[in-house]
Amino acid sequence: MIGRIALQLAVLLIFAPLPLGVINKTKALFAGRIGPPVLQPYYDLGRLWRKGFVISRTTTWVFLAGPVVGLVVPLLAALLLPFGGLPAPISFTGDLILFVYLFGLSRFFTAAAALDTGSSFEGMGAAREVTFSCLAEPTLFFALLVLARGAKSLNLGSLFGSQLAGQWQGDASASLGLILVCLFVVLLVENSRIPFDDPNTHLELTMIHEVMVLDHSGPALGMVLYGASMKLMVMGALLVRIALPIQTGSILLDLLVFLAGLLTLAVLIGVVESTMARLQLPRVPQVLVGTTLISIFALVLVLR
Amino acid sequence: MNHATLVRFRHGFGVPLADIPQLSYDEFRESLLEEVTADARVAAYFGRPVSQNNGEEIEIFAILAHDWRGELALLRTRVSGSFPSLTLECPQLHLFERELAEQFGLHPEGHPWLKPVRFHRPWLEVDDIWGRPQGEHPIPRDMEFYRVEGEEVHEVAVGPVHAGVIEPGHFRFQCHGEEVMHLEISLGYQHRGIEQMLIGGPHPAAIYQVEAAAGDTSIGHATAYSQLLESLAYSAPPPRAQTIRAIALELERLANHVGDIGALAGDVGFLPTASFCGRLRGDYLNLTAELCGSRFGRGLVRPGGVGFDLNGALLQTFSTRLKGLERDTRGAIDLCFDSPSVLARFEGTGTVSTDDAEALGLVGVAARACGLVRDSRLHHPLGSWAGGFDTPVIELDGDVFARSNIRRREVYASLELIKQLLKRLPAGEISSPLGSLAPDSLAVALCEGWRGEVVHAAITDSEGRIGRYKIVDPSFHNWSGLAMALRGQQISDFPLCNKSFNLSYCGFDL
Repeated sequence: MIGRIALQLAVLLIFAPLPLGVINKTKALFAGRIGPPVLQPYYDLGRLWRKGFVISRTTTWVFLAGPVVGLVVPLLAALLLPFGGLPAPISFTGDLILFVYLFGLSRFFTAAAALDTGSSFEGMGAAREVTFSCLAEPTLFFALLVLARGAKSLNLGSLFGSQLAGQWQGDASASLGLILVCLFVVLLVENSRIPFDDPNTHLELTMIHEVMVLDHSGPALGMVLYGASMKLMVMGALLVRIALPIQTGSILLDLLVFLAGLLTLAVLIGVVESTMARLQLPRVPQVLVGTTLISIFALVLVLR
Repeated sequence: MNHATLVRFRHGFGVPLADIPQLSYDEFRESLLEEVTADARVAAYFGRPVSQNNGEEIEIFAILAHDWRGELALLRTRVSGSFPSLTLECPQLHLFERELAEQFGLHPEGHPWLKPVRFHRPWLEVDDIWGRPQGEHPIPRDMEFYRVEGEEVHEVAVGPVHAGVIEPGHFRFQCHGEEVMHLEISLGYQHRGIEQMLIGGPHPAAIYQVEAAAGDTSIGHATAYSQLLESLAYSAPPPRAQTIRAIALELERLANHVGDIGALAGDVGFLPTASFCGRLRGDYLNLTAELCGSRFGRGLVRPGGVGFDLNGALLQTFSTRLKGLERDTRGAIDLCFDSPSVLARFEGTGTVSTDDAEALGLVGVAARACGLVRDSRLHHPLGSWAGGFDTPVIELDGDVFARSNIRRREVYASLELIKQLLKRLPAGEISSPLGSLAPDSLAVALCEGWRGEVVHAAITDSEGRIGRYKIVDPSFHNWSGLAMALRGQQISDFPLCNKSFNLSYCGFDL
């Protein structure tokens, strides 16, 4: 058990920034640039860690709680989830609710930290973030319910268990395909990627997630970025597991399949970001309502 | 009635001051409004102090452009202390009247929006009409902002320091949720007093100051300045010089339009075009540097002609380079305009109606995007444009798409124009000596810079020195257009709207 937990956390901590590097490299290739090295996100974290804090006098402890919670939550959430063929270290009935609301908790603290600065930009960002994520939540739940129906269980460990491979061959394959698309959209929204948010923009008025962390600096910003990269990996793990339900039995091989899946996902995100413009902000809720409807439809398909 | 009260002329010549009738303010007002009703627009409106036996008065000159007749109308009057504002009847005057108020301590009575423009001390020993302390430099942004009250209304202040490496300016949004109800723009951070520095000239340093009036329009401003001095000296530069100037102006247009399209693509997160256009902008700037050693064309345009010749070997370089650049540019731009997700962001965003554009006196790209045919290459041609330009680019919708599509089409048109100009480059000298300036005269020069019409006007004193110099950058008119475009828009679309205008801060601040 302890070994499982340690392995899971080690995989997460070591590999989390890698997909970001792959996304940036993909985008650079599409734009005809060489782009930063794939390991740049690691260098950035190292650089930020060596810097000092600059903290506004108007802020309180809430301001620093945001990055800390943002860093801890993905670590906890990762323990409830199988990484590819590696089974979830901790599993109990109903843990999928905990999983979803752990991210809710982190969002609460990030938004509170943003409001704590009293900046009008960060207030706007917080309002946007909570609006969009409460619209993304139903999609996630309905998608998990589709899996729960197949697994006849309510814990994440069995939801993403070995029965997935069989489901792809059976009646549920259409539903799995639909929720895969829906979860991809949720992944893009939750991780502030194009077409929903632009992680590279410098325009504070258009940002959603980035604007909430404008005031963080040094190690606190490093924690925010590290937390965000782990969130991308945890949410990516959902998709990778559904798309590649392969169980070889060997830990090393399972791990390799998982990482390969994750990097493919990163390339896919890079391709989407390179070929699409950002949506206008009012369009984002419309897309999310759309994915909710699609995931409900997927649920109906498996319930009949 | 107004035939006797105003002077009509074409630019390119000086007008002796004695020929310009002195009107009473009422006559002036009546003639001005009559002209504006008859499709004229205010190209420049400025004052200069004149001493009168009973103290100092301010002489106001209005330069009105009749685009379709290709002529300019000139009005002058004198006021002191205060005068009835014309802004309510002619909104395009609103900034010009605020400018007069700030420079000379005049009070335009009934002005609906009387606030400082550039935050400087009055030019004369008079009281500041806003009661700002004497002897101290006013602080930019120190003014009453328009406010919307209400529980659900919030105010967002942006700048003067921005997230990107751009010029300083302050923007104040009154928002209801994500919707902008009102945007107020306060500039003046880069006021350098260029107009004041040019007085007493032409100084040797003047051309450098003018080239830096708006750094991205160096060629446009330098051309207008040179045209102005040539008009006052009643001399024309050699045809070869005029054609080289025209080529340089189109190169400046290409570099900036291509850069803007890239920046627009970047703002909506469409990366390939953003990267390619960034590179291509550099290539066009480098081409300008091949000609004169400066990427921004500094040192190229000089009163009397141009400083650098476009000789045989260079001509060949230009032709081959442009061929490759055209292919790449078309590829990069079409990629962006063929993407539905990009068009979805551009279309219907930041719309300015044709009526508003006309009332505010917009010029250049912003005006042409609203269906107004305003292009000084067509209407007020000078030099190699005379009879050589007949296809202004017009769009009707007034939104971000219209403004970017104007740029796209002008990029293609400019490439074509440069090819033609290179083909019919006249032989001969590139510069001719400039004579002395005519005394007691006024001259106006219009030049279509990439952003729009650049207006320079000057009045000489009895010894032929510059007594008053007036620069109107297109940005001066168009900032109001941006404020108007944001009404009822999403605040998250502000950067996109702003980029679609891409106005100069220092061109406004002077």
